[in-house]
Amino acid sequence: MQLFPMTAKGIESRRRGQVLVGPIDLTLDGTGACVVVGPNGSGKTTLLRLLHGTARLSAGQINWACPTDEARHHQGFVFQRPVMLRRTVMQNLIYPLRLRGVPLAQARDRARDWAAQVGLADMLDRAAPVLSGGEQQKLALARALISEPKVLFLDEPCAALDGRATREIEEILTHAKSTGTRLILSTHDMGQARRLADQVLFLLGGRIHESGPAETFFNRPETPQARAFLRGDIVE
Amino acid sequence: MVDLWSGLAQAFWLVVTLDAELVEIALRSLRVTLSALAVACVIALPLAAFVAVKRFRARRFVIAILNALMGLPPVVVGLIVYVFLSRSGPFGVMGLLFTPTAMIIAQTIIIVPLIASIAHQSIRDLWQEYHDLLISMNVTQGQKIRTLLWDCRRALLTAALAGFGRAIGEVGAIMIVGGNIDHATRVLTTAIALETGKGEFALALALGFVLIGLAVAVNLAIHWLGRTEREGAW
Repeated sequence: MQLFPMTAKGIESRRRGQVLVGPIDLTLDGTGACVVVGPNGSGKTTLLRLLHGTARLSAGQINWACPTDEARHHQGFVFQRPVMLRRTVMQNLIYPLRLRGVPLAQARDRARDWAAQVGLADMLDRAAPVLSGGEQQKLALARALISEPKVLFLDEPCAALDGRATREIEEILTHAKSTGTRLILSTHDMGQARRLADQVLFLLGGRIHESGPAETFFNRPETPQARAFLRGDIVE
Repeated sequence: MVDLWSGLAQAFWLVVTLDAELVEIALRSLRVTLSALAVACVIALPLAAFVAVKRFRARRFVIAILNALMGLPPVVVGLIVYVFLSRSGPFGVMGLLFTPTAMIIAQTIIIVPLIASIAHQSIRDLWQEYHDLLISMNVTQGQKIRTLLWDCRRALLTAALAGFGRAIGEVGAIMIVGGNIDHATRVLTTAIALETGKGEFALALALGFVLIGLAVAVNLAIHWLGRTEREGAW
Protein backbone atom coordinates (compact mmCIF):
# COMPACT_ATOMS: atom_id res chain seq x y z
CA MET A 1 0.00 0.00 0.00
CA GLN A 2 1.54 3.25 -1.16
CA LEU A 3 0.04 6.52 0.09
CA PHE A 4 2.59 8.93 -1.26
CA PRO A 5 3.11 11.05 -3.22
CA MET A 6 0.11 13.03 -2.06
CA THR A 7 -0.93 16.04 -4.05
CA ALA A 8 -3.29 18.75 -2.90
CA LYS A 9 -4.55 21.08 -5.57
CA GLY A 10 -6.11 24.43 -4.74
CA ILE A 11 -7.55 23.23 -1.43
CA GLU A 12 -9.57 25.77 0.48
CA SER A 13 -11.58 25.91 3.68
CA ARG A 14 -14.23 28.60 3.89
CA ARG A 15 -16.67 29.41 6.62
CA ARG A 16 -19.52 31.82 6.03
CA GLY A 17 -17.91 33.06 2.86
CA GLN A 18 -14.62 33.85 4.57
CA VAL A 19 -11.54 31.97 3.43
CA LEU A 20 -9.84 30.43 6.47
CA VAL A 21 -7.19 28.48 4.62
CA GLY A 22 -6.05 28.39 1.04
CA PRO A 23 -5.87 28.14 -1.77
CA ILE A 24 -2.99 25.77 -1.13
CA ASP A 25 -1.08 23.62 -3.60
CA LEU A 26 1.10 21.00 -1.99
CA THR A 27 2.92 17.83 -2.90
CA LEU A 28 4.28 15.54 -0.19
CA ASP A 29 6.45 12.51 -0.67
CA GLY A 30 6.72 9.62 1.70
CA THR A 31 9.59 10.15 4.10
CA GLY A 32 10.61 12.18 7.12
CA ALA A 33 8.86 14.83 9.16
CA CYS A 34 7.11 17.78 7.63
CA VAL A 35 6.71 20.54 10.17
CA VAL A 36 4.03 23.19 9.73
CA VAL A 37 4.88 26.47 11.44
CA GLY A 38 3.25 29.87 11.53
CA PRO A 39 1.60 32.32 13.91
CA ASN A 40 -1.68 31.54 15.67
CA GLY A 41 -4.64 31.59 13.33
CA SER A 42 -2.49 31.05 10.27
CA GLY A 43 -4.41 27.85 9.53
CA LYS A 44 -2.05 25.10 10.76
CA THR A 45 -4.76 23.04 12.45
CA THR A 46 -7.21 23.47 9.58
CA LEU A 47 -4.58 22.45 7.04
CA LEU A 48 -3.81 19.25 8.96
CA ARG A 49 -7.51 18.46 9.27
CA LEU A 50 -8.09 19.08 5.59
CA LEU A 51 -5.25 16.74 4.65
CA HIS A 52 -6.46 14.12 7.13
CA GLY A 53 -9.99 14.40 5.80
CA THR A 54 -11.79 15.40 8.99
CA ALA A 55 -12.49 18.93 7.79
CA ARG A 56 -14.60 19.57 4.71
CA LEU A 57 -12.91 20.88 1.61
CA SER A 58 -14.66 23.96 0.30
CA ALA A 59 -12.67 23.78 -2.91
CA GLY A 60 -9.85 21.85 -4.50
CA GLN A 61 -8.94 18.23 -4.16
CA ILE A 62 -6.51 15.93 -2.40
CA ASN A 63 -5.16 12.88 -4.18
CA TRP A 64 -3.30 10.10 -2.45
CA ALA A 65 -1.42 7.48 -4.44
CA CYS A 66 -4.21 5.05 -3.54
CA PRO A 67 -8.00 5.42 -3.22
CA THR A 68 -8.91 7.96 -0.52
CA ASP A 69 -10.90 5.47 1.57
CA GLU A 70 -7.89 3.19 1.82
CA ALA A 71 -5.58 6.10 2.51
CA ARG A 72 -7.74 7.18 5.42
CA HIS A 73 -7.30 3.75 6.93
CA HIS A 74 -3.56 4.22 7.15
CA GLN A 75 -3.57 7.59 8.88
CA GLY A 76 -3.46 8.64 12.49
CA PHE A 77 -4.15 11.96 14.16
CA VAL A 78 -2.96 13.26 17.52
CA PHE A 79 -4.79 16.28 18.86
CA GLN A 80 -3.44 19.21 20.80
CA ARG A 81 -5.67 18.24 23.68
CA PRO A 82 -5.71 14.44 23.83
CA VAL A 83 -9.15 12.79 23.67
CA MET A 84 -9.26 9.94 26.16
CA LEU A 85 -11.83 7.20 25.89
CA ARG A 86 -13.44 6.66 29.29
CA ARG A 87 -11.70 3.35 29.70
CA THR A 88 -8.48 1.97 31.07
CA VAL A 89 -5.15 2.61 29.39
CA MET A 90 -5.17 -0.94 28.03
CA GLN A 91 -8.65 -0.55 26.58
CA ASN A 92 -7.67 2.76 24.98
CA LEU A 93 -4.68 1.10 23.33
CA ILE A 94 -6.53 -1.90 21.94
CA TYR A 95 -9.47 0.18 20.70
CA PRO A 96 -8.10 1.00 17.22
CA LEU A 97 -6.89 -2.58 16.81
CA ARG A 98 -10.27 -4.02 17.78
CA LEU A 99 -11.90 -1.66 15.23
CA ARG A 100 -9.71 -3.30 12.62
CA GLY A 101 -10.73 -6.77 13.77
CA VAL A 102 -7.45 -7.79 15.45
CA PRO A 103 -8.10 -10.70 17.87
CA LEU A 104 -8.20 -9.66 21.52
CA ALA A 105 -5.17 -11.63 22.72
CA GLN A 106 -3.00 -10.30 19.92
CA ALA A 107 -4.26 -6.75 20.48
CA ARG A 108 -3.39 -7.00 24.17
CA ASP A 109 0.12 -8.16 23.37
CA ARG A 110 0.70 -5.23 21.06
CA ALA A 111 -0.83 -2.86 23.61
CA ARG A 112 1.57 -4.08 26.30
CA ASP A 113 4.43 -3.67 23.88
CA TRP A 114 3.44 -0.10 23.01
CA ALA A 115 2.73 0.83 26.62
CA ALA A 116 6.29 -0.21 27.41
CA GLN A 117 7.64 1.86 24.53
CA VAL A 118 5.96 5.05 25.76
CA GLY A 119 6.62 4.36 29.43
CA LEU A 120 3.08 3.53 30.52
CA ALA A 121 3.71 -0.15 31.20
CA ASP A 122 2.75 -0.01 34.87
CA MET A 123 -0.42 2.03 34.25
CA LEU A 124 -2.30 -0.37 31.98
CA ASP A 125 -5.18 -0.80 34.42
CA ARG A 126 -5.54 2.88 35.31
CA ALA A 127 -8.47 4.89 33.96
CA ALA A 128 -7.16 6.97 31.07
CA PRO A 129 -9.04 10.23 31.86
CA VAL A 130 -7.32 10.56 35.25
CA LEU A 131 -3.76 10.38 33.85
CA SER A 132 -1.63 13.52 33.85
CA GLY A 133 -1.46 15.67 30.72
CA GLY A 134 1.87 14.25 29.61
CA GLU A 135 0.77 10.66 30.20
CA GLN A 136 -2.45 11.29 28.29
CA GLN A 137 -0.55 12.66 25.32
CA LYS A 138 1.86 9.71 25.34
CA LEU A 139 -1.13 7.37 25.46
CA ALA A 140 -2.78 9.24 22.57
CA LEU A 141 0.45 8.91 20.61
CA ALA A 142 0.76 5.20 21.31
CA ARG A 143 -2.91 4.72 20.42
CA ALA A 144 -2.34 6.51 17.12
CA LEU A 145 0.83 4.56 16.31
CA ILE A 146 -0.37 1.12 17.40
CA SER A 147 -2.27 0.57 14.17
CA GLU A 148 0.98 1.29 12.28
CA PRO A 149 -0.22 4.22 10.19
CA LYS A 150 1.76 5.24 7.13
CA VAL A 151 1.27 8.88 8.04
CA LEU A 152 0.68 10.49 11.40
CA PHE A 153 -0.70 14.00 11.78
CA LEU A 154 0.12 15.82 15.00
CA ASP A 155 -1.52 19.11 15.88
CA GLU A 156 0.77 20.89 18.35
CA PRO A 157 1.19 17.69 20.36
CA CYS A 158 3.41 19.27 23.01
CA ALA A 159 1.68 22.65 23.39
CA ALA A 160 0.53 22.00 26.95
CA LEU A 161 3.44 19.86 28.11
CA ASP A 162 6.59 20.57 30.10
CA GLY A 163 10.14 19.94 28.94
CA ARG A 164 10.47 16.35 30.06
CA ALA A 165 7.18 15.20 28.59
CA THR A 166 8.06 17.04 25.37
CA ARG A 167 11.41 15.27 25.17
CA GLU A 168 9.77 11.88 25.71
CA ILE A 169 7.21 12.57 22.99
CA GLU A 170 9.93 13.72 20.60
CA GLU A 171 11.90 10.53 21.24
CA ILE A 172 8.85 8.47 20.32
CA LEU A 173 8.32 10.59 17.21
CA THR A 174 11.95 10.31 16.13
CA HIS A 175 11.72 6.56 16.52
CA ALA A 176 8.48 6.42 14.54
CA LYS A 177 10.11 8.49 11.82
CA SER A 178 13.07 6.15 11.64
CA THR A 179 10.76 3.17 11.16
CA GLY A 180 9.17 4.82 8.16
CA THR A 181 6.12 6.65 9.49
CA ARG A 182 5.56 9.93 7.73
CA LEU A 183 5.05 12.72 10.26
CA ILE A 184 3.12 15.88 9.53
CA LEU A 185 3.32 18.03 12.61
CA SER A 186 2.32 21.56 13.45
CA THR A 187 4.07 23.41 16.22
CA HIS A 188 4.80 26.89 17.45
CA ASP A 189 7.88 25.70 19.31
CA MET A 190 10.80 26.62 17.02
CA GLY A 191 13.19 24.42 19.01
CA GLN A 192 10.95 21.44 18.36
CA ALA A 193 10.65 22.36 14.70
CA ARG A 194 14.45 22.46 14.37
CA ARG A 195 14.85 19.15 16.19
CA LEU A 196 12.28 17.20 14.20
CA ALA A 197 11.85 18.80 10.81
CA ASP A 198 13.04 17.47 7.49
CA GLN A 199 10.82 19.86 5.57
CA VAL A 200 9.10 23.03 6.71
CA LEU A 201 5.86 24.66 5.62
CA PHE A 202 5.58 28.24 6.80
CA LEU A 203 1.94 29.29 6.85
CA LEU A 204 0.83 32.89 6.95
CA GLY A 205 -2.75 34.10 6.62
CA GLY A 206 -3.99 30.69 5.50
CA ARG A 207 -1.47 30.28 2.67
CA ILE A 208 1.91 28.64 2.34
CA HIS A 209 4.24 31.59 2.52
CA GLU A 210 7.46 29.66 2.24
CA SER A 211 8.40 26.02 2.13
CA GLY A 212 11.47 23.93 1.66
CA PRO A 213 13.99 21.61 3.29
CA ALA A 214 14.44 22.30 6.99
CA GLU A 215 18.09 23.29 6.69
CA THR A 216 17.46 25.88 4.04
CA PHE A 217 14.45 27.31 5.85
CA PHE A 218 16.14 27.69 9.21
CA ASN A 219 19.50 28.92 7.93
CA ARG A 220 18.64 30.90 4.82
CA PRO A 221 14.93 31.87 4.90
CA GLU A 222 13.99 33.60 1.67
CA THR A 223 11.19 35.92 2.68
CA PRO A 224 11.41 38.79 5.18
CA GLN A 225 8.36 37.44 7.06
CA ALA A 226 10.02 34.06 7.58
CA ARG A 227 13.20 35.80 8.78
CA ALA A 228 11.17 37.87 11.21
CA PHE A 229 9.23 34.81 12.40
CA LEU A 230 12.43 32.88 13.04
CA ARG A 231 13.91 35.84 14.93
CA GLY A 232 10.88 35.68 17.20
CA ASP A 233 9.32 38.92 15.98
CA ILE A 234 5.57 39.17 15.80
CA VAL A 235 4.44 38.44 12.27
CA GLU A 236 0.94 39.32 11.16
CA MET B 1 -50.38 9.64 63.46
CA VAL B 2 -51.99 6.50 64.86
CA ASP B 3 -52.46 5.21 61.32
CA LEU B 4 -48.86 5.94 60.51
CA TRP B 5 -47.57 4.03 63.51
CA SER B 6 -49.85 1.07 63.07
CA GLY B 7 -48.96 1.11 59.38
CA LEU B 8 -45.28 0.93 60.26
CA ALA B 9 -45.92 -1.84 62.76
CA GLN B 10 -48.00 -3.80 60.30
CA ALA B 11 -45.43 -3.34 57.54
CA PHE B 12 -42.80 -4.63 59.90
CA TRP B 13 -44.83 -7.75 60.72
CA LEU B 14 -45.81 -8.36 57.09
CA VAL B 15 -42.17 -8.28 56.07
CA VAL B 16 -40.83 -10.24 59.03
CA THR B 17 -43.39 -13.01 58.68
CA LEU B 18 -42.99 -13.01 54.88
CA ASP B 19 -46.72 -12.75 54.40
CA ALA B 20 -47.56 -14.92 51.40
CA GLU B 21 -49.88 -12.45 49.74
CA LEU B 22 -47.47 -9.57 50.25
CA VAL B 23 -44.60 -11.54 48.75
CA GLU B 24 -46.74 -12.50 45.77
CA ILE B 25 -47.80 -8.89 45.13
CA ALA B 26 -44.32 -7.48 45.63
CA LEU B 27 -42.76 -10.05 43.31
CA ARG B 28 -45.38 -9.31 40.66
CA SER B 29 -44.62 -5.60 40.98
CA LEU B 30 -40.96 -6.29 40.47
CA ARG B 31 -41.52 -8.67 37.59
CA VAL B 32 -43.79 -6.28 35.70
CA THR B 33 -41.60 -3.24 36.22
CA LEU B 34 -38.26 -4.94 35.57
CA SER B 35 -39.65 -6.50 32.38
CA ALA B 36 -40.93 -3.13 31.25
CA LEU B 37 -37.56 -1.59 32.13
CA ALA B 38 -35.64 -4.20 30.12
CA VAL B 39 -37.84 -3.77 27.06
CA ALA B 40 -37.75 0.02 27.37
CA CYS B 41 -33.95 0.06 27.60
CA VAL B 42 -33.59 -2.10 24.51
CA ILE B 43 -35.73 0.41 22.62
CA ALA B 44 -34.67 3.69 24.22
CA LEU B 45 -30.87 3.42 24.45
CA PRO B 46 -30.10 2.71 20.78
CA LEU B 47 -32.71 5.30 19.86
CA ALA B 48 -31.00 7.88 22.08
CA ALA B 49 -27.58 7.09 20.61
CA PHE B 50 -28.95 7.23 17.09
CA VAL B 51 -30.56 10.62 17.64
CA ALA B 52 -27.35 11.90 19.26
CA VAL B 53 -25.00 11.00 16.40
CA LYS B 54 -27.13 11.00 13.28
CA ARG B 55 -27.99 14.21 11.51
CA PHE B 56 -31.34 13.97 9.81
CA ARG B 57 -34.07 16.38 8.90
CA ALA B 58 -36.54 15.56 11.68
CA ARG B 59 -33.88 15.30 14.40
CA ARG B 60 -34.83 18.39 16.39
CA PHE B 61 -38.46 17.41 16.11
CA VAL B 62 -37.81 13.89 17.43
CA ILE B 63 -35.85 15.30 20.39
CA ALA B 64 -38.59 17.80 21.17
CA ILE B 65 -41.19 15.05 21.03
CA LEU B 66 -39.13 12.78 23.29
CA ASN B 67 -38.72 15.57 25.82
CA ALA B 68 -42.41 16.40 25.70
CA LEU B 69 -43.42 12.76 26.11
CA MET B 70 -41.41 12.52 29.34
CA GLY B 71 -44.49 13.97 31.01
CA LEU B 72 -46.86 11.51 29.38
CA PRO B 73 -49.90 11.08 31.69
CA PRO B 74 -50.05 7.38 32.68
CA VAL B 75 -53.83 7.32 32.78
CA VAL B 76 -54.01 8.36 29.14
CA VAL B 77 -51.40 5.75 28.17
CA GLY B 78 -53.46 3.18 30.04
CA LEU B 79 -56.59 4.26 28.24
CA ILE B 80 -54.96 4.05 24.81
CA VAL B 81 -53.39 0.65 25.51
CA TYR B 82 -56.80 -0.48 26.80
CA VAL B 83 -58.48 0.59 23.57
CA PHE B 84 -55.87 -1.23 21.50
CA LEU B 85 -56.02 -4.43 23.54
CA SER B 86 -59.75 -4.58 24.23
CA ARG B 87 -61.83 -7.27 22.51
CA SER B 88 -62.98 -4.86 19.83
CA GLY B 89 -59.57 -3.26 19.41
CA PRO B 90 -56.93 -4.10 16.76
CA PHE B 91 -55.00 -6.44 19.09
CA GLY B 92 -58.08 -7.81 20.85
CA VAL B 93 -57.61 -11.32 19.46
CA MET B 94 -54.41 -11.73 21.42
CA GLY B 95 -56.38 -11.62 24.66
CA LEU B 96 -53.79 -9.53 26.48
CA LEU B 97 -56.09 -7.18 28.36
CA PHE B 98 -56.05 -7.70 32.15
CA THR B 99 -52.80 -9.68 32.02
CA PRO B 100 -49.36 -8.73 33.35
CA THR B 101 -48.22 -8.46 29.70
CA ALA B 102 -50.63 -5.59 29.16
CA MET B 103 -49.19 -3.88 32.23
CA ILE B 104 -45.66 -4.33 30.90
CA ILE B 105 -46.69 -2.81 27.57
CA ALA B 106 -48.24 0.22 29.26
CA GLN B 107 -45.25 0.83 31.53
CA THR B 108 -42.83 0.42 28.64
CA ILE B 109 -44.65 3.12 26.69
CA ILE B 110 -44.53 5.42 29.70
CA ILE B 111 -40.81 5.11 30.40
CA VAL B 112 -39.30 4.86 26.89
CA PRO B 113 -39.38 8.64 26.31
CA LEU B 114 -38.01 9.31 29.79
CA ILE B 115 -35.06 6.95 29.40
CA ALA B 116 -34.37 8.00 25.81
CA SER B 117 -34.43 11.66 26.73
CA ILE B 118 -32.05 11.41 29.69
CA ALA B 119 -29.77 9.01 27.80
CA HIS B 120 -29.71 11.30 24.78
CA GLN B 121 -28.43 14.21 26.85
CA SER B 122 -25.41 12.32 28.16
CA ILE B 123 -24.64 10.53 24.91
CA ARG B 124 -24.71 13.85 23.07
CA ASP B 125 -22.23 15.35 25.54
CA LEU B 126 -19.93 12.35 25.20
CA TRP B 127 -20.23 12.48 21.43
CA GLN B 128 -19.02 16.09 21.47
CA GLU B 129 -16.00 14.94 23.46
CA TYR B 130 -15.27 11.93 21.23
CA HIS B 131 -16.27 13.43 17.89
CA ASP B 132 -12.84 14.34 16.50
CA LEU B 133 -11.20 11.15 17.69
CA LEU B 134 -13.81 8.77 16.34
CA ILE B 135 -14.10 10.60 13.02
CA SER B 136 -10.33 10.51 12.72
CA MET B 137 -10.35 6.77 13.43
CA ASN B 138 -12.79 6.28 10.59
CA VAL B 139 -15.31 4.27 12.63
CA THR B 140 -18.53 2.94 11.14
CA GLN B 141 -21.89 4.16 12.40
CA GLY B 142 -22.42 0.92 14.34
CA GLN B 143 -18.99 1.03 15.99
CA LYS B 144 -19.59 4.65 16.91
CA ILE B 145 -22.93 3.89 18.61
CA ARG B 146 -21.52 0.87 20.45
CA THR B 147 -18.55 2.89 21.72
CA LEU B 148 -20.77 5.71 22.94
CA LEU B 149 -23.26 3.40 24.64
CA TRP B 150 -20.50 1.50 26.41
CA ASP B 151 -18.52 4.54 27.56
CA CYS B 152 -21.71 6.25 28.68
CA ARG B 153 -22.85 3.27 30.74
CA ARG B 154 -22.89 5.05 34.10
CA ALA B 155 -25.14 7.81 32.81
CA LEU B 156 -27.32 5.24 31.09
CA LEU B 157 -27.68 3.44 34.39
CA THR B 158 -29.01 6.65 35.89
CA ALA B 159 -31.47 6.96 33.02
CA ALA B 160 -32.62 3.39 33.56
CA LEU B 161 -33.06 3.99 37.29
CA ALA B 162 -35.17 7.07 36.58
CA GLY B 163 -37.31 4.87 34.33
CA PHE B 164 -37.55 2.21 37.03
CA GLY B 165 -38.63 4.81 39.59
CA ARG B 166 -41.38 6.08 37.37
CA ALA B 167 -42.62 2.61 36.47
CA ILE B 168 -42.59 1.01 39.93
CA GLY B 169 -44.59 3.85 41.45
CA GLU B 170 -47.04 4.13 38.60
CA VAL B 171 -50.69 3.24 39.23
CA GLY B 172 -52.95 4.94 36.67
CA ALA B 173 -52.09 2.93 33.58
CA ILE B 174 -51.70 -0.52 35.13
CA MET B 175 -54.94 -0.10 37.04
CA ILE B 176 -56.76 0.39 33.74
CA VAL B 177 -55.06 -2.28 31.64
CA GLY B 178 -54.39 -4.75 34.49
CA GLY B 179 -57.64 -4.42 36.32
CA ASN B 180 -56.16 -5.09 39.80
CA ILE B 181 -57.32 -8.71 39.77
CA ASP B 182 -56.36 -10.64 42.89
CA HIS B 183 -53.67 -13.28 42.21
CA ALA B 184 -53.44 -12.17 38.58
CA THR B 185 -52.65 -8.53 38.06
CA ARG B 186 -52.61 -7.03 41.54
CA VAL B 187 -49.38 -5.18 42.24
CA LEU B 188 -48.26 -2.98 45.13
CA THR B 189 -49.52 0.32 43.79
CA THR B 190 -52.95 -0.97 42.77
CA ALA B 191 -53.27 -2.80 46.09
CA ILE B 192 -52.51 0.43 47.94
CA ALA B 193 -55.19 2.25 45.94
CA LEU B 194 -57.65 -0.53 46.73
CA GLU B 195 -56.91 -0.68 50.47
CA THR B 196 -57.09 3.10 50.74
CA GLY B 197 -60.47 3.02 49.06
CA LYS B 198 -61.64 0.39 51.53
CA GLY B 199 -60.47 2.54 54.44
CA GLU B 200 -57.76 0.05 55.43
CA PHE B 201 -55.20 2.79 55.95
CA ALA B 202 -52.83 0.73 58.07
CA LEU B 203 -52.55 -2.02 55.46
CA ALA B 204 -52.28 0.56 52.66
CA LEU B 205 -49.47 2.29 54.54
CA ALA B 206 -47.77 -1.01 55.18
CA LEU B 207 -47.82 -1.79 51.46
CA GLY B 208 -46.58 1.74 50.82
CA PHE B 209 -43.56 1.25 53.05
CA VAL B 210 -42.81 -2.06 51.37
CA LEU B 211 -43.00 -0.33 47.99
CA ILE B 212 -40.57 2.38 49.08
CA GLY B 213 -38.26 -0.22 50.56
CA LEU B 214 -38.35 -2.20 47.32
CA ALA B 215 -37.55 0.83 45.19
CA VAL B 216 -34.64 1.82 47.43
CA ALA B 217 -33.34 -1.75 47.54
CA VAL B 218 -33.34 -2.12 43.75
CA ASN B 219 -31.60 1.25 43.34
CA LEU B 220 -28.92 0.33 45.84
CA ALA B 221 -28.44 -3.06 44.25
CA ILE B 222 -27.98 -1.60 40.79
CA HIS B 223 -25.60 1.06 42.07
CA TRP B 224 -23.62 -1.59 43.85
CA LEU B 225 -23.50 -3.81 40.77
CA GLY B 226 -22.58 -0.87 38.54
CA ARG B 227 -19.91 0.28 41.01
CA THR B 228 -21.05 3.87 40.65
CA GLU B 229 -19.11 6.39 42.71
CA ARG B 230 -16.36 3.91 43.32
CA GLU B 231 -14.00 4.05 40.39
CA GLY B 232 -13.21 6.85 37.99
CA ALA B 233 -14.79 10.23 37.75
CA TRP B 234 -17.60 9.33 35.40
